[in-house]
Amino acid sequence: MAFYTIQILNGLSLAMLLFLIASGLSVIFGLMRIINLAHGSFYLLGGYIGLSVLNQTGSFWLAILVAAALVAVIGMVLQRVLLERVHGNELGQVLMSFGVLLVISDLALWFWGGLPQTLDRPDFLDGALRFAGLFFPKYRVALIVCGFAVALAIWLIIERTRIGAVIRAGVDDADMVRAIGFDIKMIFLLVFGAGAALAGAAGVLGGAMLGIYPGADFEVVLQAFAVVVIGGLGSLRGAFVGSLLIGFSDTIGKALLPEFAMFTIFVPMVAMLVIRPEGLFGRA
Amino acid sequence: MRPSLVAGAVAVAVFAVAAALGGLLSSYSTGLLIDCLIFAVLALGLNLLLGQTGLPSLGHAAYFGVGAYTAGLVMLHVSDSFWWGAAAAIAASMAVGAVYGLLALRTSGVYFLIITLALGQITFAIAFSWRSLTGGDDGLRGIGRPDLGLPGLNVDTTAGYYLLALAAAAAALLLMRLIVRSPFGEALRGIHQNPDRMAALGYNVWLYKFLAFVISAGFAGWAGVIFVYYKGFISPEAVGIVVSAEVTLMVIVGGAGTLIGPFLGAFLVVFMSHVVSGYTDRWLTVLGLLYICVMLFAPKGIVTLVGDAWRARRSA
Repeated sequence: MAFYTIQILNGLSLAMLLFLIASGLSVIFGLMRIINLAHGSFYLLGGYIGLSVLNQTGSFWLAILVAAALVAVIGMVLQRVLLERVHGNELGQVLMSFGVLLVISDLALWFWGGLPQTLDRPDFLDGALRFAGLFFPKYRVALIVCGFAVALAIWLIIERTRIGAVIRAGVDDADMVRAIGFDIKMIFLLVFGAGAALAGAAGVLGGAMLGIYPGADFEVVLQAFAVVVIGGLGSLRGAFVGSLLIGFSDTIGKALLPEFAMFTIFVPMVAMLVIRPEGLFGRA
Repeated sequence: MRPSLVAGAVAVAVFAVAAALGGLLSSYSTGLLIDCLIFAVLALGLNLLLGQTGLPSLGHAAYFGVGAYTAGLVMLHVSDSFWWGAAAAIAASMAVGAVYGLLALRTSGVYFLIITLALGQITFAIAFSWRSLTGGDDGLRGIGRPDLGLPGLNVDTTAGYYLLALAAAAAALLLMRLIVRSPFGEALRGIHQNPDRMAALGYNVWLYKFLAFVISAGFAGWAGVIFVYYKGFISPEAVGIVVSAEVTLMVIVGGAGTLIGPFLGAFLVVFMSHVVSGYTDRWLTVLGLLYICVMLFAPKGIVTLVGDAWRARRSA
């Protein structure tokens, strides 16, 4: 019983972390058709920037804020200066963003070193809650609550606000949105920045749970791609459901069949692509 | 003379000079050239899919790895004959290529990129996890040089192995030239440009793509054979995305869809990696910048750029 409760908690917390990363990736793809492998670099940079801020100031909240803001700026520069120039060339985007991923991971290795590091959690989230004879690590519970709150906030913005309506329209037909007078380039830039900020914040939150280390960028972006493929490229609801599926399959797969740990991401991904390439909630 | 004859004569001359060079260069330089030739064959294979057929596979290290592991296993457990090892390796690569091709060709466009990447990572995971067969993350070690059964060619020395690698690359280039010049190759380029029209003309578009996929995997397996007998070991890194992406970069920087472009691209990238990593530890930064610059400034590759400039001058 305790085993399963803990696995469910671990699966949910991983799922919420994945959602923070994959939601941006998915909406960015839906709107701009960009396959951005450097989205993993946003996570990595967020984690490392958060680490530095935390070591300087001791404030976890400031770490999240600074990481999200700086990564958003880096993301927007990247979108304007590089990715926009290979618009429409899918292989070109993949290779260019892979190049960006290599550069950032190498520079991060140089700057922050190669040892895995963990961010200190705020004191009040250390330890565990006791409930019905079971222990629940407080940090994971908080991460789950935080993930649901962010999901709700994004959903409200996309479905209930004017800018959200423009974004939804852009996913359907970006040319038409431009034609009726919206500055589509500015919308692209803002959405890209917001996606990068979410991934940067996820780097801080994830760095306090899983640690931050060289290679986390690539690991995370592949998991996020699995989520997005399963949920459907461009679909926010798909990113949420996909995060839950991958979060649980990864956690439970690793716990029950550790020798198959490396297959828990890619096998569901390939299966979905073969059976239904557009994913659960994507449009063909 | 016809341009194709000139090109053939130049190719023969280049390979003859290259063969003569083998005895003159230091063993470090010869080893570097062997690396170049191995990746040139791999890039040549990917180009059939990416450049000719327009299918951007991002998991080509998988077939390279299957070929290398198979040849290594044959050497360790069955026979030290080069020909048995090579035949088994190419057959295994093409078999895996056939299975992956069946799966990947259910998708198109951006989904094709993603599924080939995912299949490549599954292959990496198999190489990593199937410890009893592949040695896990240690890989296979102690693979000796093979027996070619040819008197007079001693592949135990670097210079001797260089001749084998050169012959292997020349054979691959010749075979690829036959393939792309054949009606089959014409049909692949037709599919690249307009698949609907080719289907309307009665071509079985799916079958052509599938065959291109399998043949391309076979070339990658051949490259894996030359690789594993040269290095004497194979580990999961050779199967992963970093190698797959690098081969794709080689094809693009040289010129996708041209015959000689992938060769040039492989030489350029391998040379650069050796030279730059001799000067700085920040080799990955330089490689990343190379990806970015190629996509910005030469997305069609060197051969195409030079060809366009040449034609512009002649017509001016």
